[in-house]
Amino acid sequence: MFSVVSPLVIGAADLAAAFLFMFGLKRMSSPATAASGIRVAGIGMIAAVLASFLYIFNVDAAARPHLMVNIGLAVLALGLGGAGAWFVGRKVAMTAMPQMVAIYNGMGGGAAGSIAAVELFGSRTHGATQLAVTLLGALIGAVSFSGSVIAWAKLDGVLKAPLRVKGQQFANAAMMLATLIVGGLIVAATIGGIALPIATPVLIWVFFGCALAFGVLMTLPIGGADMPVVISIYNAFTGLAVGLEGFVLQNPALMIAGMVVGAAGLLLTLLMAKAMNRSVANVLFTNFGTPAKAKPGAIKGTERPVDASDAAIKMRYATSVIIVPGYGLAAAHAQQKLYEFVKLLLAAKVTVKFAIHPVAGRMPGQMDVLLAEAGVPYDMIFQLDDINDDFATTDVALVIGANDVVNPAARTDKSSPIFGMPILNADKAHQVYVVKRGQGKGYSGIVNALFYSPNCEMVYGDAQAVLVQMIEAVRGLGAAAAA
Amino acid sequence: MTFAIDMTGFVALYVFMLAAFAGWVIIGNVPAILHTPLMSGSNFVHGIVVVGGLFALLNASTHLEQGIGFVAVLLGAGNAAGGYAVTDRMLAMFKSSNDGAGPKHRAHRHRRHKKS
Repeated sequence: MFSVVSPLVIGAADLAAAFLFMFGLKRMSSPATAASGIRVAGIGMIAAVLASFLYIFNVDAAARPHLMVNIGLAVLALGLGGAGAWFVGRKVAMTAMPQMVAIYNGMGGGAAGSIAAVELFGSRTHGATQLAVTLLGALIGAVSFSGSVIAWAKLDGVLKAPLRVKGQQFANAAMMLATLIVGGLIVAATIGGIALPIATPVLIWVFFGCALAFGVLMTLPIGGADMPVVISIYNAFTGLAVGLEGFVLQNPALMIAGMVVGAAGLLLTLLMAKAMNRSVANVLFTNFGTPAKAKPGAIKGTERPVDASDAAIKMRYATSVIIVPGYGLAAAHAQQKLYEFVKLLLAAKVTVKFAIHPVAGRMPGQMDVLLAEAGVPYDMIFQLDDINDDFATTDVALVIGANDVVNPAARTDKSSPIFGMPILNADKAHQVYVVKRGQGKGYSGIVNALFYSPNCEMVYGDAQAVLVQMIEAVRGLGAAAAA
Repeated sequence: MTFAIDMTGFVALYVFMLAAFAGWVIIGNVPAILHTPLMSGSNFVHGIVVVGGLFALLNASTHLEQGIGFVAVLLGAGNAAGGYAVTDRMLAMFKSSNDGAGPKHRAHRHRRHKKS
């Protein structure tokens, strides 16, 4: 009886899950409904996971004697993995979000690879197509797993500098080729019945070893600035791997969810690469971070420093201020202080807007999240295309912890490595203040022409300390007026 | 009418094609402000792989399969639970000026209305 009904229940739950995932993602397309979107998707996940325990009524004959042990293992794995990741995910700081997304994504890739491994070691695949798809999913999942772990290590600061050796691209290509050859041998041995001197299980181990090594080798040389694109690619990879393993397991929910994420991840990757003025191939195969001997060019003038309190008072009496925050703001944990300062400006009837560059932060949109965490309402936050024309009519642009994304060389200097990158036109404001730790270059090591422009003044110091001074200066004015 | 699932050949390709198209279209409308939560949200969605892991583990018949299946469920559960936790936290922070942020924002809101 149960063996007849349970596939129906599983099928219905998976169908519901697939629908709820897409509906949830759709709701995430607006800040007003986004929070409910993830909950909708969460309900789908719980339904699918609970229903999958009904698989026990239709297990393989060979697995029946192990069923109780397997159920115990399943509950244990769900509890350990779920509770552990939940606990960490609830506690981690918002600035650490990119590496958390990377590691959770790697887990998904690893799970897809593991499923493929069970299918391969158990010789459960039927026919050449299924075997080939299993291997392809295994390869993509394993690369996503080991690559994401490296990406996590880089973003978390465990691995510092990108590791580059001569002939690395050659080594990567050789490793990829080796993986494909071993995969071909597995197909030949299993389907073609060709007798090989090496046993198939050994080949499977070698296959996974090569795939994992390839993921590591491919990610190691990529610089920290490019990690967002890399995480996004691996997100798409994991989706693809899950979709392919869904085909092998004949589970349409996995196929649909995996492929939706695969396509979405690809689109996000392309958007990000475009925002950084790089092609995806460029990110993966030529290693940025060694800037093309950025010659200073013909920049005239000097950087002129200004007092934090003078800048603050100028903004207090301005009509309009646009703030351009960058990762330096988050690194100094100064978002709250910034919003405190902004509230003072708003109270003084100054129009304040935040201008966010698509790649501000370590991950596209991370700056939006960090500002939201500080309490900034999302209708004060504007994206590049929506605000760039406003700079010309704005009194003051305040640049905090951002550098390359406001470098006008991207518009004008053809020899600059960032030429053509979309930038925020902060230099067009009547007055520009740049808050910066000290004289020096940005993440990419490129000189910023904005700092030398006649309408720009530099406020040197730690973002947090500078903002405290600014707040005090504006409060002091209010106190003086009241006295 | 049969409820057996038989995803082979072109049927599978159609499912893949339509799902990929749906993913592309759904994400295409998401504003840049939500890109990080969205990446995290889609990351959560592929946590459905845990279901595949459960299938593999429950059907495992050797110690090797049990071990790898255990890893599959462990990692898949981590993907799903962790992805949900961080996405939910991020999205809960997005507030509009109208969400009881207090009267101090009223001036700002009026200016925005006038402009648009």
